[in-house]
Amino acid sequence: MESQANKLAFNDGWQYAPAPESTDHIRIDEKYDLFIGGEFVAPEEGRYFETINPANEKTLSSVALANEADIDRAVKAARKAYNGPWSKMKASERGKYIFRIARMLQERAREFATIETLDGGKPIRESRDIDIPLAAAHFFYYAGWADKLAYAFPGRDTRSLGVAAQIIPWNFPLLMASWKIAPALACGNTVVLKPAETTPLTAMKLAELIQDAGLPPGVVNIVTGAGATGATMVNHPDVDKIAFTGSTSVGRIIRKSLAGTNKKYTLELGGKAANVIFEDAAIDQAVEGIINGIFFNQGHVCCAGSRLLVQESVADEVIDKLRERMETLIIGDPMDKNTDIGAINSAEQLETIQSYLKIGQDEGAEMYQSSCDVPGSGYWCRPTIFTGVSQSNRIVQEEIFGPVLAIQTFRTLEEGLTKANNTPYGLSGGVWTDKGAKIFKMTQSMRAGVIWANTFNKFDPTSPFGGYKESGVGREGGLHGLDAYVKVEV
Amino acid sequence: MSVIALPIASALPDLKRITPVDEVGVNERVARFQTRSIKKESKIEALKTVLSMIDLTTLEGQDTPGKVRQLCQKAIHLHDSLPDLPHVAAVCVYPTMVGIARAALGDRGINVASVATAFPSGMSSRKIKLEETRTAVEEGADEIDMVISRGAFLQGDYHFVFDEIAAVKEACGDAHLKVILETGELGTLDHVRRASVLAMHAGADFIKTSTGKIQPAATMPVTFVMLKAIKDFYQETGRMVGMKPAGGISAAKLAVHYLVMLRETLGNAWMTPEWFRFGASSLANDVLMQLQKQATGVYQSADYFSKD
Repeated sequence: MESQANKLAFNDGWQYAPAPESTDHIRIDEKYDLFIGGEFVAPEEGRYFETINPANEKTLSSVALANEADIDRAVKAARKAYNGPWSKMKASERGKYIFRIARMLQERAREFATIETLDGGKPIRESRDIDIPLAAAHFFYYAGWADKLAYAFPGRDTRSLGVAAQIIPWNFPLLMASWKIAPALACGNTVVLKPAETTPLTAMKLAELIQDAGLPPGVVNIVTGAGATGATMVNHPDVDKIAFTGSTSVGRIIRKSLAGTNKKYTLELGGKAANVIFEDAAIDQAVEGIINGIFFNQGHVCCAGSRLLVQESVADEVIDKLRERMETLIIGDPMDKNTDIGAINSAEQLETIQSYLKIGQDEGAEMYQSSCDVPGSGYWCRPTIFTGVSQSNRIVQEEIFGPVLAIQTFRTLEEGLTKANNTPYGLSGGVWTDKGAKIFKMTQSMRAGVIWANTFNKFDPTSPFGGYKESGVGREGGLHGLDAYVKVEV
Repeated sequence: MSVIALPIASALPDLKRITPVDEVGVNERVARFQTRSIKKESKIEALKTVLSMIDLTTLEGQDTPGKVRQLCQKAIHLHDSLPDLPHVAAVCVYPTMVGIARAALGDRGINVASVATAFPSGMSSRKIKLEETRTAVEEGADEIDMVISRGAFLQGDYHFVFDEIAAVKEACGDAHLKVILETGELGTLDHVRRASVLAMHAGADFIKTSTGKIQPAATMPVTFVMLKAIKDFYQETGRMVGMKPAGGISAAKLAVHYLVMLRETLGNAWMTPEWFRFGASSLANDVLMQLQKQATGVYQSADYFSKD
């Protein structure tokens, strides 16, 4: 790639002074117990594990490690609440509780955003402007459905399922909790939810909020732990529904273990989305879309646009502009309101990303990273792009889950389409062109659950989300998201 | 797509080949600039930079020599009770007031800018527009703010607009030429980009959003599209072109957002009055009020700042 003539300089002159979000308005307890039956109870074995701030590696709190007995207790509490008040309650009353959660989440948005950023490493701008407002929006949206299910499934009766075991990932902790809890409650189910090991704090704060909201005890139970805890939940015989968001490898294990059972399930798994840029696209906005597609939330996004397919006549221009834009991204303290890219979520994930950077280079791809400084402690990865890659490269085939973009070119629409679909995944995709007909042609043929046209990474509670192929089973969000939590009677 | 390999001010480029602009994407990007949190010393530095970039403007039919002299006094002495303030970049007036402004400003490094070419409508013959330009320069204008013929542009008569700008540029002599696109009359961001490219190729030293007489005047999305056009033009030709949003920017906070946008789009080289201006009449006082607040911790009444 030729280097750019007349380079612009962004890194000296006027700088933005630090603008950190304060922490004096939040409370994080030294340790958190399990939230079961409406109360915080100590784990049976008395074991706890630490959760740290990935931006400075300091311990924030300890959370309980739930074992089999704890999970059993949580499922029993959920069953009791299901049999007791919840499934018999008038749907409009159920809706009121969910509305209340939504409102309280809005009222305490700043607190939740701050804790989300401390615990997960994502920039405060994103937790403030995206994660928390969207989480509240999901509760609002599904609260509205609670007493209108007859309209969602016209002419047919629906029944709730029972107890839902829900396991969520660390990339959007509170948002994923809301994606799971809101539709489950709206349809009359009760819930046992497990947040990810590295990001349990906003879920525990949500437990406090749910307690404050006066939800009947046991309707929502939140348990913390690691992979084994999740496995126990999945295998518990009295669970009627499994909702999992996470890696494809764990999704496979879950699906195997569900064989022969009557449990309903939705799995939202990995992705390797293609962002396809045509020569007639609005190039500047497409570049911005590439940036949002891969660097949003440090690339810890299952639907991230991690493969860039750019039409060859504009490839040099797009890559030049992309590099230039990368230079203006601010990487550092996630609590700073001006930070664009925060910390990698965990040491383990950083190691995974770094191993892929090595794989990419070993495979002969050309790596480019932005020139920014990164803080000394904590886990960081500079925004990275690889050029000179092909379909057979591992960095093109495998999900990295970090701020790493693999760039390829294509000549014809057919070639772009073939490359876009040549992946075991199918969660999302992007098309950039000024031509409406091309948008339809592409979106009808791309095999992915969500396809964005001239934008990327847009989420709304009314829109279904889910994958083709190894990206998962079932849909969350929108009308489709209700289907996952009801039995539809003939 | 937008690569147009042409020497400067040689010929009209193929405007049909200009990369399209997506309005939704532009608005999103602009919203991001507005979430930047500018505090403490970086805020003070920004406010002072804004002051230094102001073209203090009066363009009213009722302008008097007295009013223009008063404005020039303000340009030199923005607010003497605050130390270390820069002076503004220029005073912008109608051609008949150029001589008065020139005399009042003297040789203090503050430019006299004059609108010309049948401002604000541009509805006159080329002969008169050129004559008006030459007169303003002879009277002592350092900068000429011309308007493009929007009618011809919207008709698709790009050659007419191109030739007119080139002719006015020639008439300017050593004076700098700012080309007002009047984006409020252009309708789409694609047109804004097209007009920007056209004006730069025709020889504009600056491109400017608006006359201030048409709503909407300067907006961040429009300015952003123009900044992007300047960037691409610079990278193709190596020639820097300046940017002047004008009209509608009266709050210091908004002006700081413009600076954020400038910094993150064109970088540091453009962060000077040589390459960026605000066309504004009431912005200066709001900036001064904010600076006073930074210095003392409290807001003062507007009565403590001279209204000119």
